[in-house]
Amino acid sequence: MLAKVAKSREMRTLILVILVFAIAAFKEPRLLSASSISSILLWIPLLTVMAVGQMLVIVTRGIDVSVGSMLGLSGMLTGMLFRAHPDLNLALGAGASLGIGAVLGLINGGLIAWAKIPPIITTLGTLSVYRGLTFIVSGGHQIDSNNIPSALTEWSLRGPVTIGGVTLPWLLVFALLAVGLGYFLTNKTVLGRNLYAIGSRPEAAHLRGVPVGKSVFACYVICGALAGFAGLLYASRYGFVNPATAGSGMELTVIAATVIGGCDVKGGSGSVGGVLLGCILLGVVNVALAVLGVAADWQVLVYGSVILIALGLDAFASRRQAKEVAA
Amino acid sequence: MRNSLLILSLAAMALVGCQRSTDGASSGSTTSSGGQLKIVYIPKNSGNPYFNEVVRGFEEAAKAAGADFTTTAPATAEATSQIDLIKAQIQRRVDVIAISANSPDALNVVLDEAKAAGIAVITVDSDLVGNESHRDAAVVPTDFTKVGESQIELLGSQINYEGEIAILSATRDAPNQNSWIEGMNETLKQPKYAKMKLVETVYGDDEPQKSTTEFEALLAKHPTLRGVVSPTSVGLAAAAQALATAEAYPGGAKANGPGLMLTGLSTPNQLKKFVQDGVVKGFQLWSPYDMGVLACNLGIAIKKGEVTPKEGAEFEDPKLGKVAFGKNNVLSAGPLVTFDKSNIDKYNF
Repeated sequence: MLAKVAKSREMRTLILVILVFAIAAFKEPRLLSASSISSILLWIPLLTVMAVGQMLVIVTRGIDVSVGSMLGLSGMLTGMLFRAHPDLNLALGAGASLGIGAVLGLINGGLIAWAKIPPIITTLGTLSVYRGLTFIVSGGHQIDSNNIPSALTEWSLRGPVTIGGVTLPWLLVFALLAVGLGYFLTNKTVLGRNLYAIGSRPEAAHLRGVPVGKSVFACYVICGALAGFAGLLYASRYGFVNPATAGSGMELTVIAATVIGGCDVKGGSGSVGGVLLGCILLGVVNVALAVLGVAADWQVLVYGSVILIALGLDAFASRRQAKEVAA
Repeated sequence: MRNSLLILSLAAMALVGCQRSTDGASSGSTTSSGGQLKIVYIPKNSGNPYFNEVVRGFEEAAKAAGADFTTTAPATAEATSQIDLIKAQIQRRVDVIAISANSPDALNVVLDEAKAAGIAVITVDSDLVGNESHRDAAVVPTDFTKVGESQIELLGSQINYEGEIAILSATRDAPNQNSWIEGMNETLKQPKYAKMKLVETVYGDDEPQKSTTEFEALLAKHPTLRGVVSPTSVGLAAAAQALATAEAYPGGAKANGPGLMLTGLSTPNQLKKFVQDGVVKGFQLWSPYDMGVLACNLGIAIKKGEVTPKEGAEFEDPKLGKVAFGKNNVLSAGPLVTFDKSNIDKYNF
């Protein structure tokens, strides 16, 4: 029964994605052009990588609002590493970004799981702390494009497959790998099962012998590592890392995508497929707003309205379903 | 979630104001500590390489003049956070407040408070257009009224004065952006530019992600677009990366016909790689460093009563020489510099 509800939830998001895309493409056929599709494909990866981590956290009734700052700090430190060692192997750079993110996530996880500080408070604190550190380590200076290795920016340019002039960029491949990891964790591991158990009923989970502290700690570390990796993808996509703008405000987009994708902020539910669809929806909406030429003054309002509509439809459908089940 | 949003905004406020201080006199100047003037400069936001260069000008001029210099900036470019920073500086009893305003009118009241407290108020880079009475003088990096014309002329020379063009700006309410865009529109009316057609003006909000999305949308909407001008350093850097990714620049693998020429305003370091790779041919900027020097020296002179800002009056800058006040007490530091393959290696900011 639960599985069925979850499935239909994904179907609803999928239908919404198709609907929004179809309406936008009908109004402006150029949304179907190779360059628009590429633009959407490049919009999604950063968000998806971060949303997979956020999903694991939200499943446990937690939240991590420091992801944008973790992206910024990891992107800055990795960028500085590349600036100091221009010939550094990309795999090492990727490892560094994941490692830096994991350390930052470790701090979040430690404070939440063992010091018992509520997730929202902890991560609000580290949101500022990590952003502040980004300014301090960089001295307020950004990493310029000439310090970003070309091999890294090529991840946004090239990819394994090209269909009809549209390249599936490596960036997207990495995002799908993150989705794969999320799927594996949630469906095939004890940790994944434990996270859902904790989110559904924390007290019961504890009584059943679920290692609550360790599991919660682990999900923040994974969330941090993925946000750190997103810092590297950011450098690839935008070609520069600015201490003020890199990742700034992205936590809200990430949480929006996760919730649209069907994660309940009250914990215990959410699927990685739904989250991917949530990310695709926001990617389509953002690119469509620009391609449709919606006036700048209106874009923010329209964007917010789409999020509200998506969440409203979902709440409406869930309620009706619950009624049917009750009847 | 509502609570968390509230806390979030509180946290954002707490982020405001990462303060950096450099004490000019401590490094060997002989000024007596009693007579040392306190100068503060508030940029639009921190982490912006452009304002870092203005700060460098301030630092060196303050050091030469034996004044105490501090800079403090909001984390994001918005006016409300600047209000709190100004209030804090009034309480610190500084002598000169120099500010790059994030709004043409939101700062009026707090700047009046500063003036009433005897503080010399100077706007730097971005002026209070229409509200000039709320500051003593303005230092602009160059004659702003010529920026739009200069940018259109540069783009025109790159595309043989022919074809569709578009503008990628910052935010809808940025006063300097809007006045340059107006200048571009005016310039395009001249017969020389008759074959250049402005098809759209879009806004990237000075965010890399939004600027990239808007620029890519321009490529999708206008397949025959010949040129884009982005008079903002975040917008231009993001657009250059997006253009490189799209390979639509002149000579790029997916260039449509002669390809798309991208130009605008940026610091040289941000675009060095793209100029060397041929993605961007040339772009412009003034010297933000000179602007910082001039603003610092002018602030000191006004506070000391050595100069009274007035249209037509002259100010003798110890480093830059004589400059004359224009309308509304505006001083400009110098003309635009064009950076291209021939000279970009000489600059480092």
